[in-house]
Amino acid sequence: MKKILIIGASSAIAQATARLYCKEGVHFYLIGRNEEKLEIVKDDLITRGAEQVDLDATNPVSLEENESQIKRARQSLGEIDLALIAHGDLPDQKECEASARKTIKALTINSVSVISLATLIAHHLEEQNKGTLVVLSSVAGDRGRASNYVYGAAKSSVSTFLEGLSYRLNGTGVSVITVKPGFVDTPMTEEFEKGWLWTQPETIALGIKKAIEKQKSVVYLPWFWRWIMRVIKIIPRTIFKRLSL
Amino acid sequence: MQKNLTSWGLTGQKSTDVRLIKWRTDKLPEIKDGRSLLPYGNGRSYGDSCLNKDGVSLDTRSLNHLISFDPKTHILRSEPGVLLADLLKNFVHKGWFLPVTPGTKYITVGGAIANDVHGKNHHRRGSFGNHVIRLALLRSNGKTVICSRTQHSDLFFATIGGLGLTGLIVWADIMLMPIDAPCLNVETMKFETLDDFFELSKQSEWEYEYTVAWLDCASKDLSGRGIFMRANHCTRLQDSNNDQISKSKKLPFNLPSFIVNNFTSKIFNAVYYNAHPPGVLEQTLCYEKFFYPLDKLKNWNRLYGKKGLFQYQCVVPVEQGKKTIETLLEEVLKSGFASPLAVLKVFGEIKSKGLMSFPRHGVTLAMDFPNSGTALLRLFDRLDSIVANAGGAVYPAKDARMSAEHFREFFPQVDKFKHYVDPAFSSTFWQRVMG
Repeated sequence: MKKILIIGASSAIAQATARLYCKEGVHFYLIGRNEEKLEIVKDDLITRGAEQVDLDATNPVSLEENESQIKRARQSLGEIDLALIAHGDLPDQKECEASARKTIKALTINSVSVISLATLIAHHLEEQNKGTLVVLSSVAGDRGRASNYVYGAAKSSVSTFLEGLSYRLNGTGVSVITVKPGFVDTPMTEEFEKGWLWTQPETIALGIKKAIEKQKSVVYLPWFWRWIMRVIKIIPRTIFKRLSL
Repeated sequence: MQKNLTSWGLTGQKSTDVRLIKWRTDKLPEIKDGRSLLPYGNGRSYGDSCLNKDGVSLDTRSLNHLISFDPKTHILRSEPGVLLADLLKNFVHKGWFLPVTPGTKYITVGGAIANDVHGKNHHRRGSFGNHVIRLALLRSNGKTVICSRTQHSDLFFATIGGLGLTGLIVWADIMLMPIDAPCLNVETMKFETLDDFFELSKQSEWEYEYTVAWLDCASKDLSGRGIFMRANHCTRLQDSNNDQISKSKKLPFNLPSFIVNNFTSKIFNAVYYNAHPPGVLEQTLCYEKFFYPLDKLKNWNRLYGKKGLFQYQCVVPVEQGKKTIETLLEEVLKSGFASPLAVLKVFGEIKSKGLMSFPRHGVTLAMDFPNSGTALLRLFDRLDSIVANAGGAVYPAKDARMSAEHFREFFPQVDKFKHYVDPAFSSTFWQRVMG
């Protein structure tokens, strides 16, 4: 992995993943809306051994900018070996329930912009006939829950989109990896009380790197979430509605 | 945010109101009700110096960025939440090492400065603070003060060993040490008496970068026997396959409290001592095995069960060193408590930079004890008196119980130090010893 594009580069999981690829000859292109934070991430990656880090302080959620963002990334990196889409935001479910506008906004951040960028990146990877697209989805997309179905719906659409995309690109040199983390202790989940199921972003990053090496199509992180979600998915609706999940 | 932050001793103290500092460009949170702030790193201090039960803890784990490294000057600029483990992972294979490292790599840079931690090479390189060149301190008045030995030097010296009370360190410049290889030539040998220990320390002082001794303080007669260890970095890449970083394991739950007791401690000590072959054992060890054997079990503190553990670490002046250590060990023997793990080391003459630093020329003794309630605490009080009479000090980073009177005897410079404490900062420890 020599040329790496990261969208939402100041997110905790993106940073932890980028750190695992820092070595001589690696060229990063980081997209994120806050320049000050991107600068901090850049210095960190350079000090850890990255060769070159270019910044693009624009908002990945601004859909009209997506095309030019990916164009600039292509120009800067040339070929893209690895693209990671990691931006997102945990919406306030209660606020979304009360406001269609807030719901649409949450879907734009967590789904529409992700699908928009994935489409554009997929074109590019298809052209070069190689490369890996990694997208952070979530276990939250595996089933609708009363407590966060807006975020869940966004992630569910991302997962379904990526599944289809990976079938379309089957047979080309391009691989698509859907990452479904469970509970991760990051600034995004600051307000949650953390129990024993919670994981550090560094652990998720190691799982992502391994999934890339093994070319997995869907990866639950940590691994036990695959089994938790398998159980959750088979619970009948009549029982599920009585569980306060 | 409600959370349960604990310290390494797990004796029941907590911090529950926690604010995350996400970026080094963030401001300090505004606390309207006047409660105090205290930075929290990785919670490896044993007692209450890293806790702030009546106030707010500033979680610095997200301040884990490196900022720059200049191989010409050896200076690394780092945020305070970076773990030493993270630095080692990034720099050892490029030929750099920490100039001073404690017995765990799971502490943060900020914690290393705030406690002015020491290691097995104190006789050569002093403590961690001796290698801190500059730091930026965010004070509660909103100003960031850049300080060094020449710039705002009072605040600089107060911050080294200042227990996090002088403000939030937002970055620090540390001078790394070049090494040829990530392994060490290690020699271990038994000694029979404290006299032998002091003799070995003296002999090894000039030729060995690292010296430390494990003391059998559970033996019946307490002769002062133990195992002496000394080492130097390898000068070239030898046995490089030794270099593999082994994965650490985690204990999934607390062991029952009765597992580590006086009896099992005595057995463990006797076995450990007797298992060592006679003469000098020479080995090449990777740095992980030499410096951080306990890190193999990531949460070994849980071996001590629900009630947790205390570590008692003191330093006494070298002149009366042997006699004072003997008196301390006799007192422990009389009490009937046995330490499963005791460590002895001679600190050299290099002066610590910190106003409140613990390391000073003398001999330091550290003993772990399972928490066994008031009788043990009374023993610690008696040990404190012995240390105070000898003109020594007890290490705040390990402490959960010393009295305010003893603290003042150990650190008379506190009257000067308190002027540099940020008015919005405090800790459970600070309130206990100053309250």
